[in-house]
Amino acid sequence: MSVLVYAENSGGKFKKSSFEAISYGNEIARMSGSDLKVISIGDVSPDELKKPGNYGAKKILNAAADNLKSFTNQAYAAVIAEAAKAEDAKVIVLSASFSGKGLAPRIAIKLEAGLADGAVSLPDVTNGFKVRKTAFSGKAFADVTLTSERKIITLIPNSYKVVEDIKQPEMADFNPPIADADFKMVIKETIRASDKISLPDAELVVSGGRGLKGPENWGMVEELAGLLGAATACSKPVSDANWRPHSEHVGQTGISISPNLYVAIGISGAIQHLAGVSSSKNIVVINKDPEAPFFKAADYGIVGDAFEVIPKLIEAIKKFKSAHA
Amino acid sequence: MKILVCISNVPDTTTKINFTPDNKSLVTQGVQFIINPYDEMALTRALELTEAGGGTVTVINVGDVSTEPTIRKALAIGATDAIRVNAVPRDAFFVAKQIAEIAKKNNYDLILAGRESIDYNGSQVPAMIGELLGIPSVSICKSLKAEGNTVTIEREIEGGKEILSCDLPVIAGASEGIAEPRIPNMRGIMSARTKPLTVIEPIEVPQHSQVINYDKPKPRGQVNLIPADNVDKLVELLHTEAKVI
Ligand SMILES: Cc1cc2nc3c(=O)[nH]c(=O)nc-3n(C[C@H](O)[C@H](O)[C@H](O)COP(=O)(O)OP(=O)(O)OC[C@H]3O[C@@H](n4cnc5c(N)ncnc54)[C@H](O)[C@@H]3O)c2cc1C
Ligand SMILES: Nc1ncnc2c1ncn2[C@@H]1O[C@H](COP(=O)(O)O)[C@@H](O)[C@H]1O
Repeated sequence: MSVLVYAENSGGKFKKSSFEAISYGNEIARMSGSDLKVISIGDVSPDELKKPGNYGAKKILNAAADNLKSFTNQAYAAVIAEAAKAEDAKVIVLSASFSGKGLAPRIAIKLEAGLADGAVSLPDVTNGFKVRKTAFSGKAFADVTLTSERKIITLIPNSYKVVEDIKQPEMADFNPPIADADFKMVIKETIRASDKISLPDAELVVSGGRGLKGPENWGMVEELAGLLGAATACSKPVSDANWRPHSEHVGQTGISISPNLYVAIGISGAIQHLAGVSSSKNIVVINKDPEAPFFKAADYGIVGDAFEVIPKLIEAIKKFKSAHA
Repeated sequence: MKILVCISNVPDTTTKINFTPDNKSLVTQGVQFIINPYDEMALTRALELTEAGGGTVTVINVGDVSTEPTIRKALAIGATDAIRVNAVPRDAFFVAKQIAEIAKKNNYDLILAGRESIDYNGSQVPAMIGELLGIPSVSICKSLKAEGNTVTIEREIEGGKEILSCDLPVIAGASEGIAEPRIPNMRGIMSARTKPLTVIEPIEVPQHSQVINYDKPKPRGQVNLIPADNVDKLVELLHTEAKVI
């Protein structure tokens, strides 16, 4: 019996959310008295490939066949399902990344497994197998019990800490046969803004709303984000007006995030906006209207004009950084 | 093109969520139900495709009779006809099995769904249907173009996007950017009443998961308001108290 974690890589490096999933899987393995196995798919260097061993992996499977170099939902799902069978995995953990969300349901069908998507904490195994997940777009939590023999969990990025647990893992190449039919989807092009921190993975996020008046005023938002090492985000009207790309739009119809810090500038705090950000660990709201609903959902607030407050905040952070350098 | 659009019936986005005393279900009294916003985008994209190249758009919902106003709304927006599988959905697997069963019999060229339902937030149904039918799936699709038998899809990835291509049939979960939702016009609303809505009984499906409890996040404490002329204080609190910088 084992717990299997899919360690997703980006450009050959495992993502931080993969290490979170590995640590999460390691704790489930400990609770259930079984071993943690990790599977990597695609091109990952031998040094990188060993890293899951620092977080509890006893065995690392490497599926690096030529046709698996780029992500194909169907083929990757087939590999992970085969690995689960080969390693007798009863629990399979993936990060709830864009790719993980596409893989988990396919694996669930292949293995006749129950799927708990978007877990926010460890499963409760005292009586059955219960997983807590977000529901109603951050307005609620749902406890889901999985009753199938095999169980699949996707874990929300930033909701479980990476915990070191040094092991000497066994390394194994893994090359299951995959049907040609699993390669029907072809990647034509990958476009990545490589200099930017990706929003769903970000620990800190600076976000702007309609209160910023126009795209020309995002310079200070980017400067603030750059200083903090934060990703940038925006409200829906801002991306609708093409001031910012759609990929930055957070909320009910955008992406949901749960960073350690969310700074909202000139955003009113509509219920649909809060839906995507309310699980942030700390929220700072900067708004000139003291009645803005967002203040009710905030930990820290500044009532003031963003065009005055943000430049001051930038200076204050520069000062802080040089004092703590 | 023969298109199937999966629509979920969900509480309006402004709904204040409350649960029954046993915490097992949503209080639906006074709640306005709508087409899941992503499914509405999927529906619009489907209509755009058939308007440009001909074909039909069938909408499907797994739900009891209470979802029919939502289905009629989809017909008013422009769907050709509708199917309702007469069952309260138990979990995503149940829904996917019902829809796949119908899709197997009807040979749709394209199946569109939403990237997630805003009530359950599973992001499960489209990829499950894809697996059950043995066809490619893209769970979060920002743009979808069709040329002859080939579709080009933009998929969201962390910090960027991927351009994908494959032959039909395929299933995709619509997200922001794929199309702007349409408001039904008077003629649409009138004709929706007479468009065919077929009710089908569900097939048996084993149960793998069950929601046993819902609850709401704990409210945040009182906001700590910092004077606008003392931003240093905020930086200090973020360092010493929140420990995020
Ligand atoms: C179906 C549906 C789905 C939706 N999904 C989303 C979603 O996913 N995400 C989302 O964000 N919205 C969503 N919305 C829209 C949402 O209801 C709000 O309209 C939107 O969030 C408002 O954006 P905003 O806060 O940027 O703008 P506004 O509501 O216009 O607020 C601007 C704020 O800026 C403040 N301000 C103005 N000038 C200054 C200044 N100089 N300095 C400081 N503050 C200033 C104002 O006091 C105000 O509070 C959705 C709506 C619907 C109906
Ligand atoms: N009961 C349902 N009937 C029809 N389609 C559904 C139903 N539930 C979910 N879907 C479709 O599957 C998508 C993803 O739903 P979910 O997996 O619940 O997040 C939705 O956007 C719909 O397109």
